[in-house]
Formats: sequence, C-alpha cells, structure tokens
Amino acid sequence: MEFSRRETIALGLGAAALTFMPFRVEAAAEEVISAFTGGADVGEGGVTITAPEIAENGNTVPIGVAAPGAAAILIIATGNPVPNVATFNFGELAGAQSASTRIRLAGTQDIVAVAKMADGSFVRTSAAVKVTIGGCGG
Amino acid sequence: MASGVKPRVKTPKTVVAGEAFTIKTLISHKMESGQRKDKEGNKIPRSIINRFTCEINGKSVIDVTMEPAISTNPYFQFDAVTEEAGDVVFTWYDDDGSVYDTTKTVAIG
Amino acid sequence: MGMYLLKTTAFAAGLALMAGSVAQADEGATLVINEELTIATTAKAPAHLENIDEITSGWIYRTKETQALQMDDFDNPAFVFVDIALDLWNEVDGTEGKSCASCHTDGPEEFAGLTATMPRIDKDGNLETLTEVVNRERVEKMGAKPWKYSKTNMASMTALIGLQSRGMPVNVAIDGAAAPFWERGKELYYTRVGQLDISCSNCHEDNYGVMIRADHLSQGQINGFPTYRLKNAKMNTTHGRFKGCMKNIRAVPYKEGGEEFKAIELYLASRGNGLTVETPSVRN
Repeated sequence: MEFSRRETIALGLGAAALTFMPFRVEAAAEEVISAFTGGADVGEGGVTITAPEIAENGNTVPIGVAAPGAAAILIIATGNPVPNVATFNFGELAGAQSASTRIRLAGTQDIVAVAKMADGSFVRTSAAVKVTIGGCGG
Repeated sequence: MASGVKPRVKTPKTVVAGEAFTIKTLISHKMESGQRKDKEGNKIPRSIINRFTCEINGKSVIDVTMEPAISTNPYFQFDAVTEEAGDVVFTWYDDDGSVYDTTKTVAIG
Repeated sequence: MGMYLLKTTAFAAGLALMAGSVAQADEGATLVINEELTIATTAKAPAHLENIDEITSGWIYRTKETQALQMDDFDNPAFVFVDIALDLWNEVDGTEGKSCASCHTDGPEEFAGLTATMPRIDKDGNLETLTEVVNRERVEKMGAKPWKYSKTNMASMTALIGLQSRGMPVNVAIDGAAAPFWERGKELYYTRVGQLDISCSNCHEDNYGVMIRADHLSQGQINGFPTYRLKNAKMNTTHGRFKGCMKNIRAVPYKEGGEEFKAIELYLASRGNGLTVETPSVRN
C-alpha cells in the first residue's frame, strides 16, 4: 500500500488527535455503569472520591468514596482489564454513606464513582490517579 | 478453603447510642486476580473474596460486592451507628465457597 | 580505600536529570505510631560514616499514603504476618515436641532489644543474624527443620521478634570480634558490581533523595526490616532486598545467608546506629 504525501499527513494528524484526546471512560467501563444505573440519567455532584494524585505502587492504592444519603456506591477503574472494583451497599445501620479500601490499578487512569441515591437517582464523579512505574522499588 | 485466611477487625468497645463510630477490617487473603500467569505461561485461576458484610444485631451496616481489583489482604473502613448494644458480625465470602466470620460486641457507654 | 571516595560524576549527573520530576514524598513528616510511639526518622550519623552527616529512615522517602500505612498497627498490613508468627510461636514442631513458647515462657517480649543489636558475634566468634539464631534454636532445641532464609514463616517470625525492639535505637557493635566482618561489609558496600557497574554507595550514599525513574532513592537503611512491601504484598527480608538490588544492577546476587550478605547486613545496620528500630515497616 502506498500513501500520498497528503494522506500521510492526514494519518499523522489522526494519530496525534488520538494521542492528545482527553482520557475518556472506556466502553467496558460504560457498560458496567449502565448495568448499575439501568441506563438512567446520571448527574454530577453529591459523590466524592478521595485518592492519591500519584500512587506509589499500583498494587495497593488507598481510595475512599462518600455520597451522603446514598443507598449504594459503585467504583470503577476505567483502565483496568476488569473495570469493576467494588459496590458498597449501605444498610440501615450505616453511620455514614462512605467507605475506604485499597485497590489495584493497572496503570495511570481515571477512577469513577457512581452513587445510587435514596430516591433512585444517580450521580457520578471521577478522579485521575497516576501510577508510577518503578525503577528498583516498583 | 484458601490457606492462611485470618480476619482482623477493629471496633470500639463502647459507643454512644445514635452516634456514628468507625470500624476497620482486614482479612489476610491473596486475592488472586485471574489476570496473572505462572512460570509456564498458564493463567492462574481467579480466587478472591467476592463479598463482605457487616451487621449489628442482624441489621445491615454495609454489604460490599468485591472484584479482583481489591488489593491483597482486603481492607475496609466505614462507619456504623446503633441505638442498642449487641453483636457486630463480620462475614467474608470466598470464591471457593468458604465463609469466614468474626464477631465483636459493642456496649452503649 | 581511596577508590570509593571517587565521586561517580557521570552516574550522578544522569540521575540528577530525573530529579524533581515527581515531588511526591513528604520528607518533613514525623512518624508517630498508634498516636503514641514517636520514631526518630533522622539522626546524627554515627562517627564511622565519612560522607554523610545525617542518617534518615526510608520512611521519609515514601508518599504520604504509604507513610500513613505505618502509622497505625491496624492499617499496617505487616501485622497480618506478625499474627502468623504468633501462631507459629505456639506451634509445636520437630522431634522434641516443643514450640517457641515451650522455652520462652514470657512470650516474644523476652526479645525486647535483640533486633536493635543484630547481627552480632556468636560464642564461637562468628557473625550471626537473627534468622540464623531462630534456625539454630529450631534445630538444636526443637529438633525441627530449619526454615528457608527469606520464606514467609521466617520473615514473619523475625518481624515479630523485631517488633519487640520497635522504638529502641539501633546499636550494633562494630568493634572487637565484629571488626573484620564490618570491614568486609564496608568493602562490599563500596565495590562496584554487575553489568551496570554500580556499588551500594552510588545510589544510597551519593544519590539518596534523588529520583531514579519514578523511584525515590533512600539511604538504604535497614532499621525497618523485615518490611512489608506494596510491590509484593508480603514481608521482605534484608537479604531478599539485597538480592533484588543486585538483580536491578544486573549483578549475580550473593547467596541469602551467605558471608557476603551477612557482612553487608552488619555494615548497613551500623550505618543506621542511632535511628529507631521500625520493624515491621511499610515500603514501596
């Protein structure tokens, strides 16, 4: 196959666009979210993620989620081979609709939290976590 | 039953009725993700704890669905609230069918 | 002796290019464990150190999230292994029908202070590590098989024993009968090995605090060993870590439990004389 000069430049631009496109939730992650929400509209606000900006090791990344008044919170790691991380279902004796855990991240990526509120509505938020690639320690 | 599985939990001995208190839990478990390969290049089958629950006197505090992205030795921290003293029961469910549980008592102080 | 004083300029310059790319560690943080035990993460260098004025624990080079794991014993995953060791402590093994607890009736607390002075010279004038002491007792007193040098049971047991010295100053003897072993360790520390032709000192004396790729180089102190590493989610021994370092610089590692690593362990422990025993620590 041969390319003209113009075609080659166009290809190059396409590749560049792909490279610089802001990180978006991947298809597999969207599917998990749809399964959780049943396809309902998802708003913003009311749910927060606490996560390090830079994780020293992807094996053990401490994260916390909180959504006052939520019935459940779904956590997704959009760049993992299996995006699903955990779903916290809060019971009647929950002292707060928040929880912390330690998770595995396959690399630098966005973490998404989707909260199902008591009235059945959904809200989401995301946080970017950079995972460093070690020299000796990693 | 996976080997070396040992639950650890931390709860206050006494709590104030109606006031939130913090619970921490950690269970030793390798949480084999199903993504890794052995030296011969064969996939190591997934073997994880897939669910964790905490109840006080039979009422739910939290019920967590867990996936392989939860780190080795799963750790959770969360808040509970109770009006009355009683048993706090923690239960972990393993892929292999094993169930691990431990109970702590809280008093109202 | 003069050889190791030559600064490794080219190597240092290479590393310096990477410095400052990720400023993630909280080097000014104070380590307080369980809100009650304050650990000295910096100390005046012992007199024998010629090129460093202040010694620092590896804890200060970690991110604040990793640092936090060591500040509460419940949050510290190493305590999973301390618990395993407590079970092993009470487990009968060997031909004599004994456990550790059969003889050491006061519990592991009996060994408060031991790790702070290890390795040491045994009654025959040989250098001995805590791991060797545990195995000697297993064989001679219990009639049990020795554990492998860096396996989880041994690393957990030395962590349990080390915990009894947590908070105490590291204070290994380097004079008298220990002197020749210490000299050997020092020589090895400054000897370049492997395809990358690097000595311990090139990274951990000339360039601590600098980033090497995404890693923050520490002084290579061992006051927190055995340590729980996020990398492999288990306890790691000093000799296991030395082996890892040697593989990183593409050298053929010395043998775990062998005379080279034992001498290096003594020398490294002595470079930390004055720091606090942190065992079991949490590192990357």
